[in-house]
Parts: sequence; structure tokens; C-alpha cells
Amino acid sequence: MSFLDVKDLKIHFPTDDGLVKSVDGLSFSVERGRTLGIVGESGSGKSVTSLGVLGLHKGGRARISGEIWLDGEELNGATAEHVRGLRGKKMAMIFQDPLSSMHPYYSVGHQIIEAYRIHNDVSKQVARKHAVDMLGRVGIPEPGRRVDSYPHEFSGGMRQRAMIAMALSCDPELLIADEPTTALDVTVQAQILDLMRDLQSEFNSALIIITHDLGVVAELSNDILVMYAGRCVEYGSTDDIFYRPEHPYTWGLLGSMPRLDREPTERLMPIKGSPPSLINVPQGCAFHPRCPFGERTEGKAETAAPALTETEGGHLVRCHMSRDERRTLWENEIKPALETS
Amino acid sequence: MFTYIIKRVIGAFAMLIVISMVTFGIFYVVPQWAGASPEAMASRYVGRAATPETVHLVAERLGFNDPVIVQYGRFVKGLVAGAEYDYGAGVEQCPAPCFGYSFISGQPVWPDLLDRLPVTFSLAIGAAVLWVVGGVSVGVISALRRGSFFDRLSMGTALAGVSLPIFFTGMISLVVFSYALGWTPPGGAYTDFSVNPAQWAYSLLLPWITLAFLFAATYARLTRAGMLETMGEDYIRTARAKGLHEREVVVKHGLRAALTPILTLFGIDFGLLIGGAILTETTYTLPGLGQFAILAIRNQDMPQVMGVVLVAAMFVVVASLIVDLLYAVVDPRVRLS
Amino acid sequence: MRRKTALAGAATAALVLVLSACGGGGGTQQPADSSSGGAAQPAFNAGLNEVYNPSTKKGGTLKAAHSADWDSLDPGDTYYGYSFNFGRLYWRTLTMYKPGPGPEGNTVIPDLAEGLGEPSDGGKTWTYKLKSGLKFEDGTEITAKDVAYAVGRSWDKKTFPHGPSYLNELLDWPKDFKGVYEDPDADYSSAVEATDDSTVVFHLKEPFASMDYVVQMPMTAPVPKDKDTGAKYKEKVVSSGPYKFETNEIGKGFTLVRNDQWDPATDPNRPALPDRIEVQVNVNADDLDNQLIAGDIQLDIVGTGLQAAALGKVLPDPALKARTDNPTIPRLWYVSVIPDTPPLDNVECRKAVMWAADRVANQTAYGGELAGGEIATNVLPPPIVGQEKFDLYATPGNKGDVNKAKQALAACGQPNGFSTTMTYRSDRPREKALAEAMEQALAKVGIKLTLKGFPGSSYFSDYAGNVNYVKKNGIGLAAHGWGSDWPDGYGFMQAIVDSRTIRDAGNYNLSVKNDEVDKLIDQASAELDDAARAKLWVDVDKKVMEDASILPVVWAKSLLMRGKGLTNVAYNEGQSMFDYILLGVE
Repeated sequence: MSFLDVKDLKIHFPTDDGLVKSVDGLSFSVERGRTLGIVGESGSGKSVTSLGVLGLHKGGRARISGEIWLDGEELNGATAEHVRGLRGKKMAMIFQDPLSSMHPYYSVGHQIIEAYRIHNDVSKQVARKHAVDMLGRVGIPEPGRRVDSYPHEFSGGMRQRAMIAMALSCDPELLIADEPTTALDVTVQAQILDLMRDLQSEFNSALIIITHDLGVVAELSNDILVMYAGRCVEYGSTDDIFYRPEHPYTWGLLGSMPRLDREPTERLMPIKGSPPSLINVPQGCAFHPRCPFGERTEGKAETAAPALTETEGGHLVRCHMSRDERRTLWENEIKPALETS
Repeated sequence: MFTYIIKRVIGAFAMLIVISMVTFGIFYVVPQWAGASPEAMASRYVGRAATPETVHLVAERLGFNDPVIVQYGRFVKGLVAGAEYDYGAGVEQCPAPCFGYSFISGQPVWPDLLDRLPVTFSLAIGAAVLWVVGGVSVGVISALRRGSFFDRLSMGTALAGVSLPIFFTGMISLVVFSYALGWTPPGGAYTDFSVNPAQWAYSLLLPWITLAFLFAATYARLTRAGMLETMGEDYIRTARAKGLHEREVVVKHGLRAALTPILTLFGIDFGLLIGGAILTETTYTLPGLGQFAILAIRNQDMPQVMGVVLVAAMFVVVASLIVDLLYAVVDPRVRLS
Repeated sequence: MRRKTALAGAATAALVLVLSACGGGGGTQQPADSSSGGAAQPAFNAGLNEVYNPSTKKGGTLKAAHSADWDSLDPGDTYYGYSFNFGRLYWRTLTMYKPGPGPEGNTVIPDLAEGLGEPSDGGKTWTYKLKSGLKFEDGTEITAKDVAYAVGRSWDKKTFPHGPSYLNELLDWPKDFKGVYEDPDADYSSAVEATDDSTVVFHLKEPFASMDYVVQMPMTAPVPKDKDTGAKYKEKVVSSGPYKFETNEIGKGFTLVRNDQWDPATDPNRPALPDRIEVQVNVNADDLDNQLIAGDIQLDIVGTGLQAAALGKVLPDPALKARTDNPTIPRLWYVSVIPDTPPLDNVECRKAVMWAADRVANQTAYGGELAGGEIATNVLPPPIVGQEKFDLYATPGNKGDVNKAKQALAACGQPNGFSTTMTYRSDRPREKALAEAMEQALAKVGIKLTLKGFPGSSYFSDYAGNVNYVKKNGIGLAAHGWGSDWPDGYGFMQAIVDSRTIRDAGNYNLSVKNDEVDKLIDQASAELDDAARAKLWVDVDKKVMEDASILPVVWAKSLLMRGKGLTNVAYNEGQSMFDYILLGVE
């Protein structure tokens, strides 16, 4: 069993308009020292998944089923209080927008100290020293002074570093980063990604990076999970996803990935339409209304949901097309188009 | 920060001067426009069926025959340098700040105001504690249990609290709790804190609750709305992700942020209340500034009106200054300049 | 069981009332020597003609409250009926109303003086002899000088603007008199003097018969010159009565305690029962009624009766109603019919108004019989000494007589009626209702009224009492009301029917401008014989009614509640309220 093992996770929210199936049967696993990227458009259920792993839906309206095994312990069936004790200590999270995710009324140091003292019975002085250390380790200059600054007094990159420092303050074994660089400009993005890679190797933790941008996970991840409408549509090693992708949605994501050698306005294969409603997920293949190759399934796409099947050595794809058909399409049409542009 | 305070204090003084001029104008100039003679104005301060001679003498004694600007100058001079008061058998010194002497009772206004301040302050402080604690906790619970029976019941009650006038709730509460049940003292009971703290609290219990009920309603609704908003903020999610206990998430992270707008409202409410809880003090016959104000206005007792208006205005000004300073303390993003 | 006896008590009281009414108000009893009677049965009007719950038991604290505040506690600077009444607890005057219930209550008896005043020089000089053994609260003797000084100081209206001006007008003050404060050595013996330690002599400008009534007013309460602090004296009044001030916080209240220098041997009229009297002022008026009903206070000092809110609660409840008295007070609500405004300058047109008015509707406008008062048929109210009830304009059922009104209109030369304006005080709902009732009744005979309401505070100075305004705006009728300072003809009538009191503005006499009336007033004022004088005032009344310049509406009644635990409660006609010096507590 892996360090984190999620099996058939379903997270549904009853609303006045109907049942929102944010996550609908998701399974994945991560080992210590390894990194999983979860990629998808907004609304595909990636963030709900991460919050679900942390147990933050507990006590709310969400209906959660499936199993979440962390270090041999099942969390979905555990009490809210038990999971709370693990949060921040054994598993921690880095959020997307550090300005809104940090409390505006408390100093950065205070927020790190608070996080540390929940799980460590130490004096304020000790915790403060630890906070200064952490700020130093994430590369904040003059940490002894900046520890008393407020979040709004930091630059965006500094804030994200502080956020990381806070998440790492209790040496978590599982770290989930939800769009850790989205709010930052490009040069800072790279710095933060470098930092995260360094820290991961230093702490040897399991890392999950959630993003809509394949570029972010390209260098960092060992494995990548592509999500669509609450489900996994493709899963494989980073090489699999970048060099041998088999799902049309993944192709779309690759096509819309900004690259330095290409004009950012050019998109080879933009994904048509918008993400589906999670209340009325399309019949059959959830992706079929947007899929350019839907007609090749002879109508199956509209009636039957395709299964997630292994195509080769742990590479999983959820598509009605045959393996050969997909590979032919990739080799002959998609890949050349991506490369020539 | 220091310059900011100095600027605000100067502004406050300017405002008090304007307020005093407006009050003076309403009292002296407007009747003149309506054609009232000094004698007609003096006729308010004489007994029944007074002779024209009496009215004339009183007009002279109160200085109504002088131009308004001279009368205003005399008032300002009294404030700054003090004044003298001729009580017939002798002359009394009225030290600065001399707000003058009541047209009706001949009592110096300033000591009277000082004397009544503790009553109003007692009323305001007790009620404020009750309404802030009561209103905020009800608001928090309502927000956390949105749509529950408690939420609907408390918000319904809050609506009633905002809508019902205090002279109604006050009178009903007196009839029920004081006269029918005998649990609370009758209207007009007031014991100074320095005399007997227990008696002080007992005598103010009903006014506190009635007044607090009125305000608590607003605070409950405001807290509820604020909590609903802040509890959906990203930093609440962060706090939970840190593994904080839910109670601390609600109080330290949610409520702390939701309380900021309430602080502003509280400052202004409290300032206004210190300036005189007119209806409460009238209903319960409490000898505070509010009762003083209403009597002064009813008797058209100019020096008293002036005194209470300026004191009340000062409290509002001071309260809003304190709120602004506190705001900067509470919310580090606010910087005063 | 309790209710049954209460009803029986009420029936007895009603019977007493009927008997006393038939007997012309005779058969009243004196409270003086009854011992504590224990629990008396409350009954409606039980305190009107006899003492309710009589007692001689001393001790206890009387709690009283006032919905506003005194004009002044200084005897020289106060002019309210309740103040005259209550003040007698801490001051004594030359004469006083006879304490207790019944018609004798509006006669005067000596207080500081040994006997009533002795007139000489045809009523221009009045002499009062003081009793011996009188003392101020500090033990110093009260002499005639202290009384003369008190009168002298009260002349200074600059210092004492509130008090009545009767003595300023009546006495022969020196031409250049500036008052005792501006000119401490002034000689004002031409007006009032102490000829020796026990003799006070008043010198009047004109003969005046009602002097005994004037000197019962507090201007004659002695003031020690060396303790007089002018306008500040009200903060510490030196007592000459059975109680003195323990504390006095102006605007909040005061406490009276026994004055050990007061000698009951010199004062047979004040039983001085409570040990302490606590007074709170500026009490919310509605709450005051509630406290009175509940028993938290025992006395409403103002003494004008319950507020509208409490009336609605008390009248329908037999147990509460049994605790009330409903006296007719010396106050008349009326309509001035102003002869300056054509066609009302013709007496026949004024008479048409008299005939057309619906007296029952007018009474209803004032709140009906208990809360409003008795239908008035002439000017003098029943409690006035020597009053006679007569009716020159009797109509069937008091509902007005259209035919007689039309005859009068024809005689006036206005057979089809006319139009005029009626004023009222807009802050008095009852006057507004009266104006509407008048409008309806007069419309039946063709007199069209335009109604105009004005603020009460400037009603007399700027509108109905302002001669120019009335003439310019053609005001024909004006709602009006008047209460007497003392219960004789002069005290009630002089200010409202003597045409010589009329000035440019601030008039209370709005409509009576009749030489014959003025002549009769002079005659009555100078008549020293009580019975003959009373008769002359009835003549004035009749002359005014013939003149048809006053349309009486109701002789007002008040609904007074006897506080819980009060003893020795009696309505006094002279005070028009409970007699405060008699009161005790259980």
C-alpha cells in the first residue's frame, strides 16, 4: 500500500438545484518523496479532491464515500477531531492566493506560530524562533524582522513563500499545493517551483500539485492525473502524459499550454466549449460534447461511459477509441501540429 | 499618527463652534425672523399671567434686548473666561467653562451636566456590555446555524427589537416586571455606583435590558451577516487546514474580522448614547443627560440646550476619533494620515 | 368577598353623595379627632365629602412624585396650585384654606395670624396680628418683620419672575422702589410694614375685599432677611412649617424631614403625620400613574388627575375606580364669543350661538362627564364661594334649539346665518374636538365655522389673545379655559371678564367688553360683606351670560387617585386637589 492511497473517492454536494457530483469515483496514490500532479480545468474537482483528502468537508453538507488511506490509516471513516489532529501536522496544504488565504489582521509570524503551536506543545518564544527559521528556509530575507510583518506588507512571491513556510512548519509528510503559482508572475513562478522542489527533496514528503497548467507540473511531477468532470480521464508518468498522451482532453491541455518558443496567442487545438455542469454531467462520455473525435466511436460516446483502462505499464486512459486509433491520431495529427507551430 | 490626532482635534473644535452657532441661531435668530420681540421670547420664562413689566424685566435680565452677535459673544466669553451671575442678593462667579445659568431654575448648567453624566454613562456602559455580548453571540450562532430554528427565531426577535420603540417596550417592561411581578424597582429608581454597586446594578437592570434589546437586535443582524461573509473567506479555510480547533477558527479568525464594521457602529452608538439616551431616560425617569436634554428643550431653556448639545456633540466627535484610532489597531491594513 | 364589600362601600358613598347634593353640600365631617381607622373600604368619591381612611398615626415616609418640576420652591417665586398646596408643609402664611373636605374647604382661616385680616379705611388698609411662639427651623422667632420683608422681596420680578403679581398691583408701593436687592435700605412701608413684632399692615391703592384670599398665597410666608439669597433662596428655603429640607437637588427631587422648631400648639391645622416626605421630580407622566396605581408612590403632586392612558385603565376597572375621587374643580372650559368681529358685535347674533350650541356634544368633546366635566350653564364653577347655577339658554336635553337660534339670527338681521372663524389650541385634542362639535351644531342654523388651530404656547400672545390678529383675521369664536387662583368671584372672574385688563397682546379676556360688567366688578371688589360680595359676583356672572360673550362648555372635573397606604385623604375645594397637609401613611 502506498503512503497515500485514495480509492473510489466520491464527494457530492446536495443543493437546491440538484446533486453536485464534484468528485465521482477517483482513485490515485502517492509515495513519500514522489510528486503527483493533478491537472484539469477549474470546476473539474481537483480542489474538492484535495480538501477532501484533508478532511475539510467533514461536518459540512458534503456526502463523501470511498476510502482515503494515509500511512496505513483510513481517514474517511475517522472522526473529524482525529483528522483535525493530522491536518497541519501530517498533511498540510498550500493555497492558491496567499493574499486572501492568509488572515489580514494577524502578522505572518503569528500565523506560522499558531500553526506550529497547535501541534507542538512549545512556548511562544520557541515557536517564534521556529517561525523565523522557517521563513529563512523558504528564502525570505531578514526573517527576524519580516516575521512581524503583515501579509499585505509582503510581495506576492514573498507571501507565497511565507505560506509555504507555514505549511511546512510541522514537517508534514503529505503536502498538497493547490495552484501554488497561479497568482504570481512568471519569474516568481519559477522561483517558487524551484523552492518546492528543493524542499520536497529535503523533507522527503509526498507532494500533490494541483493545477490547470501542465507547464507547472512538467518539471516537478513524477506522475500526472488528468481530471475531467470529477473523474480521472488519463493517468500516467510525466513522460507518458507529455510524450504519449492518449486522451483528446489531454491533447487539448497540451495544445493550450503556453510555450516560450511559440506566440502565446496561437493555440493549435483549443478545447471547444466550457466545462460541463456537475449536476447534469453529459450522458455517455462526459467529454463527448467537446471532443473533436466523438464521431469515431459510432455513437458510443453519447450513450456509454468509457472505462478507465490501462493502455501500457500503469498508463490509464478513459476513452472509447481504440488504443491504436488514439496512437495513430497522436503520431500523425496531433504531435506534428504541436511541434510545427 | 500624532499629526493625525491633532488635525482631528482641530476639526472637532471647528465643528463644535459651528454646532454652537447653529444652535444659537435656531434659538435666537429664527424667532426674530418670525417677528418675535425680546418680550415675546422672555414671556416663556415668567409665571402665569405675568404683567408686561415683569416680562420686560426678564427680557432685560436674560439679555434678549442685545443684538444676537453680542449675546453669542457673551456666551463664548463665558465658556472661555467664565462669567458672573447676579442672583439678587449677591453675585456669583461662574468659572470657565461657564455654560451660563438655566433660564428656568437659575442653576449653573455645567455642574448640572457633570452631575448627570455618571447616570447616562452607567446606563450606556451596562447596556453596551449586554447588547454587544448578547447581539454578537446570537449573531454568531445564527450565522453558524443558518436556516435553523434558532436562526429564524432570533432574527425574527431582532426585527421586533429594531422596530419597537423604547417608550413602548420600556413602559410594558415596567408594568410587567416592576408593578405586576415586583422583580425590578419602579421607574425613577437610581442609586449611584459609589453609594452601592449592587443597588446601582439592580436599579439599572430593566433600562439596561430594554436599551440593550433595541441595540442587540441591530448587532445580531450585523454580526450574522458579517460572519456569513467572513466564514466563507479563504483564510478561514487556511485556518482549518492548519488543524485549528473549530472554536478558534470561528472566534479568532472569523469573528475577529467580522467585528470590524461592528466596532465602527459601536463607537458611534456609544458616543450618541453618552450624549443622552433620551427615550430610555425619559421612560424610566433616570436623571441623566438625555432627560436633561428633553427637559431643556421642552422648557426652551437655552443655556441648558446649548450645554447638552455641545456635550453630546463632543462625545460623538470623541467617539468617532477613538473608533478611527482603534480601527488602525484592529486592522493593520489601515494607516492613518 | 372583597369585591362585595367594595361594592357596598361604593353604594354607601353614592348615597352620601346624593344626600349631600340634595342638602346643598351640608353635613360634612371634620377629620380632626378620629383615631387611626384601620383599613378603610375604598369607594368612588370616598374622599370628596369626608376624610378617607382617617388617622392620627404619626410616622412613616410619604413618597410623592411630580411629572415635571416646580417653577420654584421659593415661596416668593411660585405660582402653581400644587405648589401653594404642598408648600404649606414647609411654610406658613398669614391665612390658609380651611383644611379638609367639603364646601368649607374654600373658606379661609388664620394660619400665622391670630385671626383674619382687619380691614380699615374702607378696605384700603388690612392689619394682621401674628400668633406668639412662632419659630423658623433655626429656632429664631418669626416676627412681623419677616412677613413684611417676604412681601417686599417678592415685589422684585426681575429676581422672582414666576410668582403672582397681585400684591405688586394691589399695594401702594413707593414710586421709585427698586426692590430689596438693588436698594437694600429702601423704605416700602407705604405698601407693607411691621408696626411691631407681631403686627403686619398692608396699605392698598384701592379698597379690596378679598385680601384674606390673597395673603393665603405664599408671598406672605416669612423669609429671614439674613438668610435670604435672592434667586438662590429656593435651594435652601428656611422652613416655618412642620417640615424642613433635608436634601434638595433641583431638577431631581428633595426630601423633607420634621422641623423640630415647629410648635404644633401654634398650628392646629397641620397634623404633620409622616416623618419624612420624599419627592421625585421630572418623572415620566405615564409611569407616574402606573406607580401610583401599583403603590410605588402615594401621591401625584401636580394634582390635576390621571393621564389619558391611565384613565382608560382605571375607569373600566371597579377596583381601581373605587380608589379615585372625581371632584368638580374651579375651572371652566368655554368658548369666547368675540364681539369685535361682525356680525357678532350684535348681541342677538351672539345669542344665536348660545342657542345653537349642542352642550352634550361639547361635553363629549371634553371627554364626557367623569374625565371632562359637568355641563356648564354659566361662568362661575360650582366650587366658587356663593356660586349660583342658572341657565339663560336652556334647551331640550341640552342639545341646542334650532328655532330659538334662528329667531335670534333674524333679530340680528342675519336670518340665513353667517360665516366666521373659530380658533383652538392644536396641541389640545379636546379643544380640537370642541371646535368640530361647534362647527357641526352651528351649521344646523346656517352659521359656518372655519376652524384654525394654533400652538398653545403662543395662543394668547400671538393669536386669540392678540387684539390685532383677532381683528385682522375676523376671529369670531375662540376655545378657552380658565382656572381660579382662589375660589371666590374675584379670583375666578376678574382676569377673564374685566375689559380694563385688555392689552394689545397676551390677553386672557378675549370677549367680555361690557361697561356694566366692569362696574359690577368694582362694586364687588370693594364690598366687605362676604354674602353681599358673593351675590354681586353672581350678578357679574348673569350680566356676562346676558352679554352672551362667553359660551360655557364644562365645569371641569379631575379624576384623582388616592395612593395605596395613604391615610387622612380628603379633597379640599380651596386647593382643588387632595389636602396635602393632612396626608399620612399607614
